[in-house]
Amino acid sequence: MSEFISTSIPKFTSVLIAISAFFVILALLFAIAGRVDGKKTRPVSLAIFLGPALLLLLAGLVIPGARTIVFSFMNPDSNGWVGFENYYWMTQDPNVKTIMFNTILWIMVVPLFTAALGLLLAIMLDRIKHESIPKSLLFMPMAISFVGASIIFKFVYEYNEPSEVQIGLLSSIVKFLGFTPTDWMLAKPLNTFLLMIIYVWTQMGFGMVILSAAIKAVPSDIVEASALDGAQGWGLFRNITFPMVKGTFIVVLATGVVGALKVFDIVRTMTGGNFGTNVLANEMYSQTFVQFDQGKGSALSVVLFLLVTPILIYNIRSLRKERAH
Amino acid sequence: MRNSKLAEHNPGRKIFSSKIATTIVWLITLVWTVPTLGLFVTSFKSDKKILNEAWWVSLFNPDFSLDNYKNVFFGNDTESLGTGILPYFINSIVITLPATIFPIVIATMAAYALAWIRFRGSDFLFFSIFALQVVPLQMALIPLLLLFTGGAHIGSIPIFPALGIAGDFAGIWLPHTMFALPIAIYLLHNFIASLPRELMEAAHVDGANHFKVFRMIVLPLAIPGIAAISIFQFLWVWNDLLVALTFASGTEEVAPINSKLASLVGQYGSGYTQLSAGAFITIAVPLIVFFSLQRYFVRGLLAGSVKS
Repeated sequence: MSEFISTSIPKFTSVLIAISAFFVILALLFAIAGRVDGKKTRPVSLAIFLGPALLLLLAGLVIPGARTIVFSFMNPDSNGWVGFENYYWMTQDPNVKTIMFNTILWIMVVPLFTAALGLLLAIMLDRIKHESIPKSLLFMPMAISFVGASIIFKFVYEYNEPSEVQIGLLSSIVKFLGFTPTDWMLAKPLNTFLLMIIYVWTQMGFGMVILSAAIKAVPSDIVEASALDGAQGWGLFRNITFPMVKGTFIVVLATGVVGALKVFDIVRTMTGGNFGTNVLANEMYSQTFVQFDQGKGSALSVVLFLLVTPILIYNIRSLRKERAH
Repeated sequence: MRNSKLAEHNPGRKIFSSKIATTIVWLITLVWTVPTLGLFVTSFKSDKKILNEAWWVSLFNPDFSLDNYKNVFFGNDTESLGTGILPYFINSIVITLPATIFPIVIATMAAYALAWIRFRGSDFLFFSIFALQVVPLQMALIPLLLLFTGGAHIGSIPIFPALGIAGDFAGIWLPHTMFALPIAIYLLHNFIASLPRELMEAAHVDGANHFKVFRMIVLPLAIPGIAAISIFQFLWVWNDLLVALTFASGTEEVAPINSKLASLVGQYGSGYTQLSAGAFITIAVPLIVFFSLQRYFVRGLLAGSVKS
């Protein structure tokens, strides 16, 4: 215990020093720059307010991003050119085929399912009493890490030999229904869908909450007027409610696609990418930090980036439209 | 309120009748909550029972103890855990606090500049930062790690010294700060740009410079937004695995609890008692933050996604 305390104190000291140093430097900068008068005021203010962020973005994202593109045309140690070899490898390797297939499956299934379930719940929550309790509970998994969620579901998907007691919820339900449970994480292609459930479980609350807010923002008089015109049930939803929340629904979908593309923690924790469950983001990590092949790792990152560009373009377009108003 | 009153008077508003809706919602809520409850109950079960008695059976046959928590926290010589997860828990706190404060402060300043200091290219800059939001972290990992360990060179000429912070706390704070900026700047910009223009103009007329306006007007008024985004950043860093695996070696000195936990998953048998208790400790922190600050959390979410 005393050893623990003696190793922990320096850690907290370093936090205190780092945070105080940060604020002292900032205060000094503000004090000095605040004295600048006249013509130089604006450039100095800009440099101090915007400079740190721009520097960090350049050093942390823009330049590394560009270097990753360069690395993707180089050998494992990034000291010799190999042309398109790392990309050619992707088209030839059978494992990469599975990885691409799984990644596409993730972006097709997960966002749609997450958004649709979120919308369904948002609509139903709008018409029940005490909506805040179920809403909190449904939203709660969003605060749990993918690693934490994976461990929670590891216990749900736990499997024992048929002769033993089943302690996993899924195995028990399957057994109760009269079927024979199996080792779920080995069962292709079901295992990929079981991993997707973990993702949906954590992220559904996001869609639900923002769609719920969008539904509440639909003006009552519009709903009232169309109800007087005889719209109800499905027709009311299709013709009035959905068109009004469509923008938000697409935001939820797009967020889901980006998230599903980058899914790493769940696959890493649950299967390590084995048993046919591997995805792009996990393979990028494995190639780089397990196989020590920076070339292939970088090429996989570039593909990941290319896959998000349509969303990037869409986002910029809608922001531009919004700003034009 | 207005909506629910309307629903009572006007059955046409209802797509599902509210009785069916109530049933379905509570059913899904039950399904959604049971897995977490399962982990919670499992974490109190003894070594012997954890593998051969289902947790819902244990509920009716209680034999719970805090042993798992004691072992997982303070270690146990007979188990593979050694000194326990307490050092990793401390590391998580040590990583998370600066990695939340630094990016939020820097982003608030940048958001102010983009919203209230006029300059050429400000729109272009804002769009570029906004676009960076969706760029996968993976694009930056390898070069950034190389930068931390070996500096940057053009040919053999060093243009940037090796920072020597790889495997140090600073080597985790820095990437977290960098990666958080695009989304934080964008969201804070939404808050700060919507502050009343007259207030800013009046302050400038009174002779206040940007530094004074920022401290006296923007900061106090943007506190709700800053709080909301800080909670997000806190949860993001606490829950992160990828940055931790890449920039923190898995050692007791710097690795956060999440990466320790991920490495525990592979162990079977007695590892399960540690895994369940360890996982519950790890998720307890974000859950406490979530339930106590839920209002801010939701506000932060809405700021990013719903147009006013």
